[in-house]
Amino acid sequence: MTTALADGWVMTGRYLRHVVREPEQIILYFSLPIMFVLVFGYVFGSGMAVGGDSYREYLLPGVFVMTQLYGLGATATAISLDINRGVVDRFRSMPTARSALMVGRSTADLTRAVLEMLVLVICGLLVGWQWHRGAGAALAAIGLILLLRLALTWVGIYLGSVVPNPDTVSLIVFPLAFPLTALSNVFVPPEAMPAWLGAIAEWNPISATVSAARELFGNPGAHSEHAIALAVAWPVLLLVIFAPLAVRRYRKLGR
Amino acid sequence: MTDIAIAAEGLRKTYRGVAALDGFRLSVPAGSVCGLLGPNGAGKTTAVRILATLLSFDAGRVTVAGADVARQPEQVRERIALTGQYSAVDGSLTGRQNLVLFGRLHHLGRRAAQARADELLEQFDLTGAAHRSATEYSGGMQRRLDLAASLIRSPRVLFLDEPTTGLDPRSRNQVWDTVRKLVADGTTVLLTTQYLDEADQLADRISVVDTGRVVAEGTPDELKAAIGADRLEVVIREHDRLTDAAALLGRIGSVDVDADTRRLRVAVTDRVAALVEAARILRDAAITVDDLGIRRPTLDEAFLSLTGHRPSASAPEEN
Repeated sequence: MTTALADGWVMTGRYLRHVVREPEQIILYFSLPIMFVLVFGYVFGSGMAVGGDSYREYLLPGVFVMTQLYGLGATATAISLDINRGVVDRFRSMPTARSALMVGRSTADLTRAVLEMLVLVICGLLVGWQWHRGAGAALAAIGLILLLRLALTWVGIYLGSVVPNPDTVSLIVFPLAFPLTALSNVFVPPEAMPAWLGAIAEWNPISATVSAARELFGNPGAHSEHAIALAVAWPVLLLVIFAPLAVRRYRKLGR
Repeated sequence: MTDIAIAAEGLRKTYRGVAALDGFRLSVPAGSVCGLLGPNGAGKTTAVRILATLLSFDAGRVTVAGADVARQPEQVRERIALTGQYSAVDGSLTGRQNLVLFGRLHHLGRRAAQARADELLEQFDLTGAAHRSATEYSGGMQRRLDLAASLIRSPRVLFLDEPTTGLDPRSRNQVWDTVRKLVADGTTVLLTTQYLDEADQLADRISVVDTGRVVAEGTPDELKAAIGADRLEVVIREHDRLTDAAALLGRIGSVDVDADTRRLRVAVTDRVAALVEAARILRDAAITVDDLGIRRPTLDEAFLSLTGHRPSASAPEEN
């Protein structure tokens, strides 16, 4: 177990080194969250209102979570690229823990997500979004968003390891992520949707985290009762399903 | 542990109903070089991937460096290293970062991994390129880095899957020298190749693989001998003496005449006696000789006679 953790950590270092060696990627990494906040915050935020409250206040926690969902694409593509490289054969012929590559990817992406959150929050504050229940609650909200991201990295890792071609991976992520954000409470409260769509949106794991974040930030639109419990339960469930699946998949590569 | 480093018995591997290996067997004594020689798709790479714990198999028993591949893959991985036909380093990292990474994944401490990396860079003449991305390396440098990565923890068994495919002659010689040094230090090497001269140069014993099984096995000399006797070859100067020469040499053995090249081939058993006898006969008959000598069959011919087709030296094996 300790070797597994140590190997995973070494692999995290490998992925972070990739980022450092290709600094132009960093700009790409952060362009998406910045764009999301500015575009959605200004374009939609200025033209709409939800129940009398500022739409921008309503929208931003959703944008934070949506950014995490789109991060899944980068994770899946990176794992798929890696698996198709000869270097994985070497890892697999070495006495290195079978989980190391994927744990490393997950940890490296989570590190990236922390930086993304920082950028998102700063941009959010710049466009006039605020938290209203103190820094502690705000940090808890960010913690829940990162918990979802952690779970999503494993969904991405699994996806990247099952789809054989990296090009295909980048193509399937959008049609997967887009309906998940559209059919959630990110943009529109589920009450405003037709009943059956609203039901889907209520149970969407994305909605759970968004609701919990709204509640903890003190932003409008948080009236789901078990929001925080669901925002913990959904990511844990995703983790419990996808992490073992992904590692099992890695073990059986090339068979 | 016996002194057999690699033992495979009745190995079977089927891909979607097609047998890639079908009763493959292999026995490699510790400290020797075994060459797996065979055409594309013969099953060489499949065999190596199974022996290196990368691939599962359907039936058979495989032991590498004293550990059972199916039941104790972790122990096997502690004792082996693999250099494949494609570069198995991280192209986004520098040469040194790669070696440090592999060292750490071999559970060396940070300091030890760095020290070992510098040692190997020096040994493989890569110190000058230590801080360049591996993708910027030439083919020969990449292969050297690959080999260096395989030697971080002196492996007991080293698998080399077509280690010189696509390399220029100079880089190829460097790889060969490295392999020879390793073997001198006691490493067991399993080498797959499509190049006959590579097997001839490096291997103590050769297993010829075709359609998923070993069709012949022996030292390079044994394999050459197995496909037939040595030949006496004579090229005479004057075309109109061919019939005379054929008749005279017929006393030594059966003669095969190639009129276009004025070449006569005689199958012989006692090489020296045949050579002396032929020289005497031809001189007595005043037949002018351009060339006279004993020819051993080439490994190429051995291969042809064992498998029914020539080894192709083109595209790498698909798998």
